Amino acid sequence: MRKFDSRDQVRFELLVLPHLDAAFNLAYWILRSRQDAEDVAQEALLRACRYFRGFQGGDARSWLLRIVRNSCYTWLEKNRRLELGVAFDEEFHVQICITPETLAITDDDRRRLKRALETLPPRFREVLVLRELEGCSYKEIAAITSIPVGTVMSSLSRARRQLGLELTGSGRTEACRGV
Amino acid sequence: MGCRLANALLHGYFDGELSKVRAHEYELHLQHCVDCAVALVEQQLLRHRLQLGELYQPAPAALRQKIRGRLRSLSSVSAGSQPLLWQWLAAAAALLLLALAVSRVSPELRSREYQAELAGEIVEMHRHSLVPGQTTAIASDNEQIVRQWFDDRLKFALPVRNFADEGFALQGGRLDDIEGRAVAALVYMGSGHLINVFMWPTKEPDRSPHSGSLGGYQWVYWRKHKVEFCVVSDAAPGDLEHLHRLIAE
Repeated sequence: MRKFDSRDQVRFELLVLPHLDAAFNLAYWILRSRQDAEDVAQEALLRACRYFRGFQGGDARSWLLRIVRNSCYTWLEKNRRLELGVAFDEEFHVQICITPETLAITDDDRRRLKRALETLPPRFREVLVLRELEGCSYKEIAAITSIPVGTVMSSLSRARRQLGLELTGSGRTEACRGV
Repeated sequence: MGCRLANALLHGYFDGELSKVRAHEYELHLQHCVDCAVALVEQQLLRHRLQLGELYQPAPAALRQKIRGRLRSLSSVSAGSQPLLWQWLAAAAALLLLALAVSRVSPELRSREYQAELAGEIVEMHRHSLVPGQTTAIASDNEQIVRQWFDDRLKFALPVRNFADEGFALQGGRLDDIEGRAVAALVYMGSGHLINVFMWPTKEPDRSPHSGSLGGYQWVYWRKHKVEFCVVSDAAPGDLEHLHRLIAE
């Protein structure tokens, strides 16, 4: 393989680096730790450098996020293996009672919302984060997560349902059943 | 369309991923079904709350810096990099000053014409070395990598250090050939200014620093342990003094 030269560097900085926020955001929501997300995002970016010559152009964000996602799961496999199997994370579980009528949101609500999202299984978190925070299309989500386009809708449906239940405080029983 | 199918299509509709025909069918169903309409509103509430939740986690600035640094060290400055005009001007001015410094230490007084000729020659050589593919340069903030790079090419040892913590981030190094002798150039970035530290071996004894300025550029020159140093930049004189102290200590 040819060396990553300064021409590649310029291309990389123009095409890929603008998506660093997206990379970090996804890594954070899969790993739920800023420090781990920093480490894995950096590793993923450098891995992306090595693969960069194979990148034929097109959707750089999806391409990068796919690498980030794979790096996250590899990292989880190595460091927090148990987390991958569980449908529901006891440690992160919180009872949340926000009245659905009110659209005003306090700092406290924000914290609880964050915790609710963190409570979801990683496969649910990632589709929600990609769709709601990153604004990805189904096609992009499918490309990033390697699931068929047809499955994206049902994954989102289940993830949203689960999040809704977490937010109304009835998530525990549902989560134990599902996934 | 029944509720069962509508329920299955809810998220596709909500996300704007249904075909026009499907979306229309779904909307027709909503007109007759309060439950499905409520389910759709619930999704909108959920999305609204997620948007208000400030959940997006942007990358820390330090991470961006770190990755940029790693990228720079991965690629070499040589191929395809086009130096900015001001960088070239800074380098040219730096080399002119270097030529002056060289002439200063030499015992015989050089004529003004000769100095101009030498400076022109140096600048021309330097310019030539900036042509893509013609330069031998290393871009890295890693002391060891830069030191090794120079060790492979020079007969004298260089004090290569990154003073990023003190505000002078090592950018890399370069090798120039002036009048048949090798001159090493370390490049730093301090307060947004490019700083060149030129070094070449000498047999002369140590000499305390003296500084000056020319055309808006500052320089500090000294000799230590059989190496001559010349720091040049358009940075503030205080910054160069600071860098001099860091290098010389």
